Amino acid sequence: MSAPRRELISGFKAELPLLIGVIPFGMIYGVLALAAGMPAGAAQAMSTIVFAGSSQFISTQLYGIAAPGLVIFITAVVVNLRHALYSASVAPYLKCLNSRWKWLLAYLLTDEAYAVAITHYQQTEDNLDCDRPDARHWFFLGAGLALWATWQLSTAVGIFLGAQVPASWSLDFTLALTFIAIIVPGLRDRPSLAAALVAGVTAVLFFALPYKLGLIIASLVGVSVGLWIEAKA
Amino acid sequence: MNLWLTMIAIGLATFAIRLSFIYLFGKVEMPDLVKKALRYVPPAVLSAIVFPELLLPGGHFDLSFGNGRLIAGVLAAAVAWRTKSVVLTIVTGMAVLYILMALGL
Repeated sequence: MSAPRRELISGFKAELPLLIGVIPFGMIYGVLALAAGMPAGAAQAMSTIVFAGSSQFISTQLYGIAAPGLVIFITAVVVNLRHALYSASVAPYLKCLNSRWKWLLAYLLTDEAYAVAITHYQQTEDNLDCDRPDARHWFFLGAGLALWATWQLSTAVGIFLGAQVPASWSLDFTLALTFIAIIVPGLRDRPSLAAALVAGVTAVLFFALPYKLGLIIASLVGVSVGLWIEAKA
Repeated sequence: MNLWLTMIAIGLATFAIRLSFIYLFGKVEMPDLVKKALRYVPPAVLSAIVFPELLLPGGHFDLSFGNGRLIAGVLAAAVAWRTKSVVLTIVTGMAVLYILMALGL
């Protein structure tokens, strides 16, 4: 088997365990989007156009309470800002690729694809030499496509099932659990831990603010506290 | 129409965020403060989403043993800390939640 093909399949396989959190999450997104009054076509299109689960969730909730478009936009951007970190983190490994590859992999750069791709880059040979190209971007592509296809399909299933997924199954809780799984292992230094705790408590305190503005305030306060603790240390 | 415009704007912004450093690598040096601040964006944003999910189920503050989501979330966090496994974290959280629900909590 050729190296690109082998990498593509490995990436696909490495992504599979993460899909058990993504499938219910995508279904619930589809269900909630319809419940919020979004047309089925728009709900499905959002999974392709935005392709970022947590911001889709929150946009849907805001749409359901008739929040202004600008508020939805700003909230979604704040929620997705963390992808800039992923972008910075994978950038050195993608520097030799042509623009087409960079654009494609940027589109596929979700929490779950990033987690798998960066681990693969870090655990394999430390090759950043453009004169010796390797095939590891195919691994990234495999992981990204596995997630992309799963997200589109599970959204479609959610839209199709609609109200038939009972709220009593509490499948929406998989979102919180997926985020817990992503953040908790990284909270091993004081500034990160402080950023997380302060942002969380602030979000609870400001929860009653309209349009989930508390989320934006909490995020800003959390990041500031992280920087402050880091500067003090 | 407004819905589609908002959606496309979010999509373009999200793509720009994801492409940002991949595209700019080697072309522009990012200010140190931005790089440092970015490190704290994931824990801050994700906690700001998770905490209300655990502490305000149904929109009402509930810091008690009757709050199944809080207990399930805390135990799932302990599993995430120990194992770093996404699968085990989700399975633990959902299992605990279902058990507590079955017990009538």
